[in-house]
Amino acid sequence: MNTTTSSLAPTRDPAWAGRVFWCSLAIVLLWPLAVATEFRPWVLVEPDNLRISANFLASFFPPAVDGEFLVLVARESWRTVAIATAGMTLALVLAVPLTLIGTSALSISALSGQMARGPFWLRQAVRWLLIVLRSVPELVWALIFVRVVGLGPTAGVLAIALTYGGMLGKVYSEILESGEAQPTQALLRNGSGRLQSLLYGLLPQNAAELTSYTVYRWECAIRSSVVLGFVGAGGLGQQLDNSMKMFNGGEVSTMLMVFVLLVALADQVSASLRKSLG
Amino acid sequence: MDKHAAAANLPYKLPPPLFHARCRACWFTAAVLLLVVASFGSLNLQWGQFFSMEAVRSMGRFVGEFFPPDLSPAFLKRVGWGTLETLAMSALGTVIAVVAGLALALPASKRFENQRTLARSPTRLLLNVLRSIPELVWAALLLISAGLGPMAGTLALALHTSGVLGRLFAEAVENAPPGPAQALRTQGVGELRIYFYATLPQVLPQLMSYTLYRWENNIRAAAILGVVGAGGLGQLLSFHMGLFQMGKTATVLAAMLLLVALVDSLSHVSRRLLTR
Repeated sequence: MNTTTSSLAPTRDPAWAGRVFWCSLAIVLLWPLAVATEFRPWVLVEPDNLRISANFLASFFPPAVDGEFLVLVARESWRTVAIATAGMTLALVLAVPLTLIGTSALSISALSGQMARGPFWLRQAVRWLLIVLRSVPELVWALIFVRVVGLGPTAGVLAIALTYGGMLGKVYSEILESGEAQPTQALLRNGSGRLQSLLYGLLPQNAAELTSYTVYRWECAIRSSVVLGFVGAGGLGQQLDNSMKMFNGGEVSTMLMVFVLLVALADQVSASLRKSLG
Repeated sequence: MDKHAAAANLPYKLPPPLFHARCRACWFTAAVLLLVVASFGSLNLQWGQFFSMEAVRSMGRFVGEFFPPDLSPAFLKRVGWGTLETLAMSALGTVIAVVAGLALALPASKRFENQRTLARSPTRLLLNVLRSIPELVWAALLLISAGLGPMAGTLALALHTSGVLGRLFAEAVENAPPGPAQALRTQGVGELRIYFYATLPQVLPQLMSYTLYRWENNIRAAAILGVVGAGGLGQLLSFHMGLFQMGKTATVLAAMLLLVALVDSLSHVSRRLLTR
């Protein structure tokens, strides 16, 4: 029985020639990339480098757990969350009005077919403003603000506020426009104000999706507020950078663990919130 | 009797209570408000300093120094090279991550009933750790062993992305239709060959779309990775900003924004073409 089944299974790949060809082509195409990125993995295992890496990795154990340091880590973790939350709040302050101006779902002139020229260009301008805000990475905003307001959380909060304001504004207006347009249009046609048709027509339909996206972005903001610490915007990232520069492996490993836990926690909170929103 | 009926109706005529202990939305709103107030309270943000005349003037001076951007051919060539380096970093990092992700997706997935999944939880933990540490932190860690330059950035992108892709690939593999794999398994074919000849061809289109999406993300990430010294446009940016050569900084910033905008619009257009 066993011999018959093994003879049924193909013993050789029928398409081996094609596979060998595509693999070698891929290697030929990848070669210039490896040259351009100075990709020389064997550098990693040179004796000198290996000794330095091994020393650094060995110093990860045991992780630093003395009381004073743990208090510092807890304070910096809170600052990371606080920077993300404050940044998100300001981003909302920026995004909500821009969404209300920019979304075509609340256009009265568009009810009769073509949107009037003035409102059209206003909406287009808002859209471009949001695109510009969004396409500058938050790290670049942070680098600029660190120059202007100095080191500290203010730069991080502003950076998150600007980039995330752009993202939220764009996605909010997309969500509002993708929903059922009928109720809102009926309200607008019957003479209700824009604010009323927003509150009674658009929001009831889209509230869950809007909240869910906001929570997801908050989770992303926590991750990026750690990164912003590396350019001096305070929080866990800045401490991590300091400890790395001093080759203090124990502190680095503690903070990495705290960071992984923080991200996992934010992940869980946001997933359960989004689940309960449905 | 009449009195009783009136009493039964009474609660419906009252307005609903503003707050009661089972109102989850109220608790949620209260918690969010508390979090926001506590955040602003504990951060000692220097708004006074930011909105002072001094700050406005320094911001104006700062922006003014961007002009004129340095457009000399020699510098443009360096910026162009930096852009190419950024693209190469993102591409190579993504390719390495695809290989690593495919390798890790095998032990991280449960593909059939009664499978022994000893390696599943440790692999998932590894993937989660790889994924939850951002590229920039990986790059800063890798600088110690890989040295300054684009290789650290490439490896950092590869590590973070293999965490992301490994998880997505594992989910795709688990959700693949089990028929073809089962047919080979009953014939006594080994798991590795089943993976390559039955499961992978089925999920290949999905894996391709994940990979392209991550590549797009990686181009954006590679542009800024250099801020910690890991090559690409970011390294030029932090170098010239550190030396206060604002004209050159402006050119690098413009190249970065152009790259991001180009990638964004290309992905938008291709998505529209593909989904039409």
